[in-house]
Order: sequence, then C-alpha cells, then structure tokens
Amino acid sequence: MTQLYDASLVDWSRAQFALTAIYHWCFVPLTLGLSFIVAFMETLYVKTGSEEWKRITKFWMTLFGINFAIGVATGIILEFEFGTNWSNYSWFVGDIFGAPLAVEGLMAFFIESTFVAVMFFGWNKVSKRFHLLSTWLTAIGANLSALWILVANSWMQHPVGMHFNPDTARNEMTNFWDVLFSPVAINKFLHTVSSGYVVASVFVLGISAWFLLKNREIRFAKLSIIVAAVFGIVVSLFIIITGDQSARLMAKHQPMKFAAMENLYEGQRKAPLVVFGVLRNNNKTDLDKNEFALKLEIPNFLSSMAFLDANAYVPGIKDIAEGNPEHGIMSATEKIEKGKTAIIALKDYNAAKKAKDTVASNTALSLLQTNYNYFGYGFLTEAKDTIPPVKLTFYSFRLMVVLGFWFVILFVLALIFLSGNKLENKRWFFRLAIISVPLAYLASQFGWIVTEVGRQPWVIQDLMPAITAVSNINVGSVKVTFVLFAIIFTLLLVAEIKIMLKQINNGPKDGGN
Amino acid sequence: MFETFSLTALQQYWWILVSLLGSILVFLLFVQGGQTLIYQLGKTDTDRTIIINTIGSKWEFTFTTLVTFGGAFFASFPLFYSTSFGGAYWVWIIILFAFIIQAVAYEFRSKPENFLGKKVFDAFLFVNGLLSTVLLGAAVSTFFTGSHFLIDSARHSQWTLSTRGLEAAFNIQNLSLGLAVFFLSRVLASLYFFRTINSVEIVEKTRRQLIYNAIPFLVFFLLFTGLLMFKDGFAVNPATGEVFMAPYKYFHNLIEMPVVALLFLAGVLLVLAGIILPVLSFVKYGEKGIWFAGFGTVLAVFSLFLLAGFNNTSFYPSVADLQSSLTISNSSSSHYTLTAMSYVSLIIPFVLIYIVYVWRIINRKKVDIRDLDEEHVY
Repeated sequence: MTQLYDASLVDWSRAQFALTAIYHWCFVPLTLGLSFIVAFMETLYVKTGSEEWKRITKFWMTLFGINFAIGVATGIILEFEFGTNWSNYSWFVGDIFGAPLAVEGLMAFFIESTFVAVMFFGWNKVSKRFHLLSTWLTAIGANLSALWILVANSWMQHPVGMHFNPDTARNEMTNFWDVLFSPVAINKFLHTVSSGYVVASVFVLGISAWFLLKNREIRFAKLSIIVAAVFGIVVSLFIIITGDQSARLMAKHQPMKFAAMENLYEGQRKAPLVVFGVLRNNNKTDLDKNEFALKLEIPNFLSSMAFLDANAYVPGIKDIAEGNPEHGIMSATEKIEKGKTAIIALKDYNAAKKAKDTVASNTALSLLQTNYNYFGYGFLTEAKDTIPPVKLTFYSFRLMVVLGFWFVILFVLALIFLSGNKLENKRWFFRLAIISVPLAYLASQFGWIVTEVGRQPWVIQDLMPAITAVSNINVGSVKVTFVLFAIIFTLLLVAEIKIMLKQINNGPKDGGN
Repeated sequence: MFETFSLTALQQYWWILVSLLGSILVFLLFVQGGQTLIYQLGKTDTDRTIIINTIGSKWEFTFTTLVTFGGAFFASFPLFYSTSFGGAYWVWIIILFAFIIQAVAYEFRSKPENFLGKKVFDAFLFVNGLLSTVLLGAAVSTFFTGSHFLIDSARHSQWTLSTRGLEAAFNIQNLSLGLAVFFLSRVLASLYFFRTINSVEIVEKTRRQLIYNAIPFLVFFLLFTGLLMFKDGFAVNPATGEVFMAPYKYFHNLIEMPVVALLFLAGVLLVLAGIILPVLSFVKYGEKGIWFAGFGTVLAVFSLFLLAGFNNTSFYPSVADLQSSLTISNSSSSHYTLTAMSYVSLIIPFVLIYIVYVWRIINRKKVDIRDLDEEHVY
C-alpha cells in the first residue's frame, strides 16, 4: 500500500481497461436486449403458430448469434484484467469483488452457454416449448451475468458491507446482502440493462426501417417494429425513472462526480439544471471555474433532482475540493491529511505487532479506524487531484440524456404511424431510425463515460485511487498489450459489422435463417 | 451450516472446488484438441465443417469453465489471482488472446463477407488449440516447480524476471506437462469424434490420430510424473507457516494421502483404458473411450491439484523467495466470504444436471453431412 507507480503506467493501464471495456460494451447492450426481443418474438410464434413469426424470430436470432460470440470474447479479458493489470486492487478488495465474479460464472454463464446451444442447434431436436424455454433462459442468463458484474462495479462506486482488516491489509466482506442489495447496485443494474434494451429496440427498429426504405419484407419489418417500439417505450420509461434515481444516489454518495457532471464549481441553493451548454475552456487550473459560452437552464431543477427539494444546497467542485465549513464540507486537503494519518497508522500497527507491543498496536489501530474512511486520500498530494475530467463528464451526460429522450420520440412516432397505417411512405422517418442505431450505441457508451470518468481518481471511492491499484509491470509491456488489443478488437469489430450487414442484406429466409 | 466450519475446513473445501473446476477444464480442452486436428482429419471443406460443428456446440462450455475457474480462484484465493495474473503477465495475456480469437472464429468462419476469410479463422482455432493447452499445462506445472516473485507485508507482489512468466515454458518439467496436456486434448478429441461423427473417412483418419497422439502424450506425461516424484517439493511448517524444501515431497504427499494416490492411479488407468480399448476393439469400445478417458482425466488432474495444495504444501511457490510462497491458508479469502461462497457452491450439482440433460438432447444423434443443411452451421 506504500508504493506509488509511474504515472504513465497508470495512464496506459487505464487506457487499456477503457479500450477493452468500451469494445466489450459495443456488443453487450445488444445481447442483453435482443435476447429478450427474440424471446418475445418466439413466444408469439409458439402462441400463434404463425410461420411468419418463426421467420422473424430466426432472422433476429442470427444477428443475436453473430453479436453474442464477440461479446463473450471481449468479456473474458475484463475479468482477467483485474488480475493482470490491477493486481494490487485485486488483493485490496478481492475478498469482496471476487465473489460476484464467481457467482456470475456459476449462476449466469452456464445458463447462458448451455441454453444458447439449444437455441441455435435445437430447432429440429427439441420440442417447440423446450426451445422457447431455452430462448428465455438464454435471455435471463445473459441479464443475470450483467447483474453480478454491475454489483461489483457499484461496490467500487459505493463500498458497503465490509471492513478493513489491518492484519491482511485488505477489505473484507461482512455482509453479502448489503453488497448485493445496495441501492446503488440495484439502481445501476436496472439502469444499465434498460440501456441495453433501448439499444436493442432501436437496433431492431432501425434495421426494419431499412427494409421499409428498400421496399422489401414489408410485413416482416412492420411486425418487428411493433415488438421493438412497444418494448422500447416501456423500457425508456424505466430508464428515465432509474436515471432520475441514480442522480440522487450520485449526489449523495459521489458529490464530486455530480458536480463535475454539471460543471458546477460554486455550490448554491436553488441550483438550476443546465439542459444544454457550451463550455468556454477559460480555466487555467482545475480549480478555476469553467464558464459557459452559452447555456439553457431550468431554474431550481438540479436541487430538486438531487435532493427532492428546490431549495436544497448543491455543493460545487470548489466546495468539495477546498472545503466549505458553512455547509459542513471538509476540504480535500484535510481529507488528504487524514488519509496520510491512516496510512502511517497502518505501518505503525504492523511494526508494533511485529514487536509484540500491544499498547502501541492498539493506539495505531484506533487511529487507523478513525481515519480509514479517507484512506485513499492519503495517496493523493493536492486538492485538485480529487477532481475528475469535468468537460468529458459534462458533455457525455448531456449527450446521453438528449439521445435517450430522442429514442422515446422515435418509438412513439413509430407506433403512431403504425396505428394510423401511415408508416409506409415515411421515408424521412426510416432514415432517422437508421441513423439512430449508431446513436443508441453512443448514448450507452456515454453513460459509462459519465460513470467511470466522473469517478476518477478513484478505483474504489475514497479508499483506493487508480495510482495505487495497478500491477507492478513495466509500462512498455502495457503499451504493447494495449496496441495488440486495439488491433485484434478492431479487426474483429470490422469483421462483425461486415458479417452483420451481409446477413441483414440477405434478409429473413423461409424455413431457415 | 458452513458458518460452523473452521477457516481451514473452508479453505480445503474451496481448494477442492477449484481443483474440480480445473480438472473439468482440462477434460473440456478436448475442444481445443479437436481444433488442432481439423486439417489433419478433414481433407475437404465439408469434412472440416462437419468436424467443426461437432465441437462447435461445445466451445462455450470450455470457455465458461475457464471463466468460472478464474472467478472461483479470484473469490477464494485472491492472493494467487493478484500475484500470478499481475506477475506472469505475458503467459496470461497470451492465453487470453488465444481465447479471444477462438470465440469469434466459430461464429464467423463460414459467414459470407467475414473480412478475414475462412482460412484465417481456422488458423485462429488452431492457434487457440495449441497455445491454450500448452500454456495452461505449463502454468499448472508451476504449482510444482515454482515461480519468481516477491510479496511484501501489504501483499503487493513483484515478479523478479522480466520474462514475466514466459520463463515457465523453458523448464523441462513445465514443458512436459504442457505438451502432455496438448497431446491429451488431441486424444480426447479423437475419442469424442468416434462418438459424434457419422463419416467413415473421418473416423478412419481419427483412429490413426488416436495412436499418433497417445504415444507422445504418454511419453510427456511419464516424464512429468517421474520428475515430480523425484523432485524436492515446497513444504510448509504448519506451526509457523515457514516454507522449506523437502526431498521427495510430492511422492510423500501421495503416500501420506492414500485417497489421492488411489484417485491418481484410477485416473491414469482410466485414461489408458480409454485409449487402449478402442484400439483393441473399435466396434465394442470406439464410442465409449471418451467416457473412460474423460473421467480418468478429471480424476488425474484433480489429484494433481490436491497434491499441490494439501498436506502442508505450498501450491504457488516462489523460488525467488521461499517465504513469499502461497499456501491455501495464507492466500485465501476471509471466513465470511468463503462461507457465503460455499452456499453459492450448492447450486453446482443443479448446474451439472441441466448441462448433462441438454448435452444428451443435443448429441442424441451423430453429426453428418445432412446436418450442414440445418439452420445454424459454423
């Protein structure tokens, strides 16, 4: 816990994790959502016995299969990267973080990998109902795997259900249920999987619109759009509710991220929400205020959103970094002092224990326990180290939200046009739906950028900054693996897109896929 | 129930589970072995596609077992995870790369417009089959030969060689286990093909491959076992936790743990039976060989893991600093976490039941050329 590594090693390790996570997230949202959409479609097939629904199911299932394999391939890296590139982190929290990963493997991956085989190979080998069950179980398995990894991620954002054991120099779990049912975890799970459902709905809508634009497969496309738009509207409402909830949780547990997301430097009561804004980039240091060149805001809304009280005080970046006694906010400098005290106390504790000096070890231990909540700050040097990249967080959040609302409009329009039987000649709408497909992926990635960039410098909120979490590797090795990952993932992404486009162009086939 | 277990009992329980997952993983590497035989057994494109489709519906089990093995190891013995993965960086990264290219190769190889071409994806399958078996075997062998790392009081580890784990491949014992696993995976794949492929030509070629691969497997396996029995091992003083070198340690472990010795012996004999019986009478045993050899593989590998971790032995020893060596007691999770995880482990039997059930359905009939007209072809 005493070693600080080369800053470029941290940056390259971060870059590698970001690269692999972003690539993984190019595929996962579609897997999460399309698995359910396919399950709905197959249910309609089994209920109605209509061959058209079977054809529809099989077409989307083919696209699901192409996407599924690459999602799995990119996922294995993330699990093992905790060990290869963040080995100090792996020990510091392995007692808590490892459990969800193991449960994920046992509970979710096996369901997924077993039943996905029936889904693909079982059409002529099992009964209709068993096949349908397998399709549902694949969807449930895929979503369960998301549950556990998101529980683990939430724990890093808001560590609960654990205590620090000075004898093993790590955090140990004290309550599994607190970890699993942490409000942050539940909210994050619901918000993230619903973002996957929205991506999949837009995907189905956009591709179906392409068929309509080409005047091909009209009935197939319309039926697909009905499923996608209905599912899309329902899950969009869900994503708005959970998004609103996550703002409150963030304001409470990660106020610095919240302030950065809003570019709010000076805290205020009746804080307005900036709906749209352009930053001027006038600040010379991280603590200087970043002015808006232009902005559109809703008065009082930020206070209401964060604390359900229009009059509530929302602390700004400067308040949190420099402290604000009036509002009882401790400065980062003071936290850094407390963190350093905790780190020294841990060393003293170990030395006293070795010397079998019980009095000294008890004193050190109580000092450590009093200051442990600021342990991670001890590895930082100045207040500005606690501020995440503000611009990236600010813009990403806005783009995510704006796009999210756009997709709701898109789904509603699709249903209005369909119900009035006016869809067929809406070529402008088809084009909008098609370009919305990449936008849906982007919106989902922006969400992760807000979550992950916004919480820097922390790997574990307040307890471990990234700089102490990395593996002790020479930076050259990480650069090489970064480039290798970038090359292989890009090749595979290109292959996937080409295969996908070809399969889409082939269209649904009678009988087969 | 598990709350009442001592920490030692829980550590042993989890070592058994990790060992079981590891041994099932080695058995499932038949998928990898099969990937290295595609071009030797399939002279036409159709034959190759038949072969790939018989293992294609199984690759995810191997993959998932590997991921679960990693996850379970992380959850139960996190210090191993942080020390080995962060330390032997290059070995693990190469293994990971080998698995990235595998997953997509199946799904993409025969799809039109696949950008890299079928040959490249088939090469990916070969590379995965070769590297993952040899390197996983060599990595397991380091449980007996030791690695080069230091661990400080904060449990931060440091690898002392810049080869970052690749040095393991240049040790004769590690290499012999790596190659034994490679040839074993090809033996298992051959036996699996007897059971699943309905094509006289492919089966004929496979019968020859069984013998060609069984011989080097036996040579390397005997070499590894011989070296293991005669070498000094990494023993732990249970009272002080001190690690020291003990002559014939692993041989003594076998003698002192007769159950493990019996499992090992039974495993080896079953693998031999799985190879020899189909050679003697193909009609009678051709399709049954995989069960003998598969079950034998699980038993033999399971007992090797137990030899490495039980009876006061360090399962991940450091030759750079003996006292940095990892044992199941100094590298495990806390009592609470192991207890919680143990409850989760109770679902394993149910997982096994549904896997077996689904396998039986999918493999009810053999794969032949007619299956390639079906909807999902790799």
